[in-house]
Amino acid sequence: MWEYTDKVKDHFLNPRNVGKIDDADGVGEVGSLACGDALRLYFKVDKNGKITDAKFQTFGCASAIASSSALTEMLKGMSLEEAQKISNEDIAQFLGGLPKEKMHCSVMGRDALEKAIDYYRGESEKKQEGKIVCECFGVTDLEIERTVRENNLRTVEDVTDYVKAGGGCGQCHEQIQEIIDSILGKETPKRKEKVGMTNLQKIKLIEETLEREIRPALKQDGGDIELVDVDGNQVLVKLRGTCAKCAASQVTLKHYVENKLQEFVTPELVVEEVQ
Amino acid sequence: MRIVYMDNNATTKVDPQVVEEMIPYFMESYGNPSSMHILGGQAGIKLKEARVNVADLIGAQPEEIIFTSCGTESDNTAIWAALRSNPDKKHIVTTRVEHPAIKNLAEYLAKNGYRVTFVPVDRKGRLDMDFFYESLTDETAVASVMWANNESGVIFPIEEIALVLRDRGIVFHSDAVQAVGKLPVNMEKVEVDMLSLSGHKLHAPKGVGALSVRKRTKFSPFLIGGHQEKGRRGGTEHVSSIIGLGKAAQLALERHEEVNTRVRALRDRLEKKLLERIPNSMVNGDREMRLPNTTSIAFEYVEGEAILLMMNELGICASSGSACTSGSLEPSHVLRAMGVPFTAAHGSIRFSLSTYNTDKEVDFVIEKLPPIIKRLREMSPFWADREGLANAICSVQ
Repeated sequence: MWEYTDKVKDHFLNPRNVGKIDDADGVGEVGSLACGDALRLYFKVDKNGKITDAKFQTFGCASAIASSSALTEMLKGMSLEEAQKISNEDIAQFLGGLPKEKMHCSVMGRDALEKAIDYYRGESEKKQEGKIVCECFGVTDLEIERTVRENNLRTVEDVTDYVKAGGGCGQCHEQIQEIIDSILGKETPKRKEKVGMTNLQKIKLIEETLEREIRPALKQDGGDIELVDVDGNQVLVKLRGTCAKCAASQVTLKHYVENKLQEFVTPELVVEEVQ
Repeated sequence: MRIVYMDNNATTKVDPQVVEEMIPYFMESYGNPSSMHILGGQAGIKLKEARVNVADLIGAQPEEIIFTSCGTESDNTAIWAALRSNPDKKHIVTTRVEHPAIKNLAEYLAKNGYRVTFVPVDRKGRLDMDFFYESLTDETAVASVMWANNESGVIFPIEEIALVLRDRGIVFHSDAVQAVGKLPVNMEKVEVDMLSLSGHKLHAPKGVGALSVRKRTKFSPFLIGGHQEKGRRGGTEHVSSIIGLGKAAQLALERHEEVNTRVRALRDRLEKKLLERIPNSMVNGDREMRLPNTTSIAFEYVEGEAILLMMNELGICASSGSACTSGSLEPSHVLRAMGVPFTAAHGSIRFSLSTYNTDKEVDFVIEKLPPIIKRLREMSPFWADREGLANAICSVQ
């Protein structure tokens, strides 16, 4: 169960400003049925550039509805210049905070507002800039960059919570990490240089790891392990002593030996037992 | 506020008779069943009785029952036991709609040297049996198929699969966590080698489960430790909960008939009336081969979490296959595997009933849910222009 604030609950159960404005000056729509949430925002502007009315239609969870309701309440009476400065954090704050996993609902509000303002200014044809990083939810690198900067995000998980990117198939996680790293001024660590190991280096490292990390633990239980061969990333071993007869030896192999070797040598290694 | 609890596939209320049975084993007969004194003896006798009751419920022998801490432990124990007993075989067959206890374990194994086949289901949630049988090879160590699905309630042809696997010499495990207590499960008749069940799905407490391992099935323990459970599961027995499970098993056997008649009728009426009163709604999954207590209904153009929270305001407890309740962003893997369209997957609600539900409660839900759906649809930008959308939307992969 999510822990929603009373204000979120109130704006969800009694949403303000639901509906459509037929002769709206600004209209902005984000999200889709496929994504699981969507918001269509409408507003009216008077001749002084002040927002006189705002309404919304939302498909989505409680916090999506509450964020939309909050946004329309905030907008009413604001000048366009003021409205333009509303950030997703402002929407979340208006509601007394949102669970981290639901921050994307506030981002959706900000995005719809931005689109509605562009529409009002006749800029709605503005080409979508940037390139798509997350195919599942159609999120671009520019959107990710902006949200990472504005909200001081640190991890891929954060990015998923805020803009959904990476919440589907997960194939873009590496790309998202690179964006975060470039903003934090970190060099993306190139895949461990160990990948470039020669076979001889790899075998040596495997032997060292067996000697240092694995054998002592097995010996405590009266067991031992012998390296038989290394074929590409396949490590062939023989279990000795009590290990050879132990019913749990396969667990030892997979959970312990393989994990250790993957950790200290290279993640691609697979350990197989030869009889 | 009165609570209308229709989320029994998530967990169940502990039956008062079960609680009563358990209480003496906290402060009176609190001995360790392994101990050689009166308190140990008292616990030991009741443990034995519980074992008989659980065995009777599923048509097993008492010595085939291993008590565990939960369904997940039972599932993990079964798969690892099968793999370790067949170290030369590196292939596993399971389905795309298993509970995470099997699904995530299988995915883990797939990354760690095993080949795993995930058998797909059709739009009604039924297994693709041709695909299943064609995937079996001499390399297959174990097949694991749930008895009934937790979300759709669809029952799989376990009896038929068991015969085929027996002839092929492949170990067969079934996660029967959702089936046991809701329909007769009989290992005498259905030749599964290993079967998992969980206490809290049948009115026993959380934190206790069982794995039934047919005699002559090769086994090795998952939790290695003391001699408990004849060395098949180390760790001091959770005595009070096991006793609770024993009592719950006895009650479940007595109540099978009621689940199959009265509870089924409640479910059917709830489903029928909701479909009648709410346009653009449909049942997910096969309505024939299905658990008698479960219905998963998709309400198009609305989102599940919003429905659940509005029902919650009225004291109605159910669950959804929607992403927003789980913290993930995509609809449940079960609905996706079934190819439920996006328009419907996000707004799917599962009602799962028990013998505690009444006609009045069903009436209450039938009365209260339609206005909730209507209200949320009126808020949705898609409801008004759904005609145009219907053509544009493709189904969930």
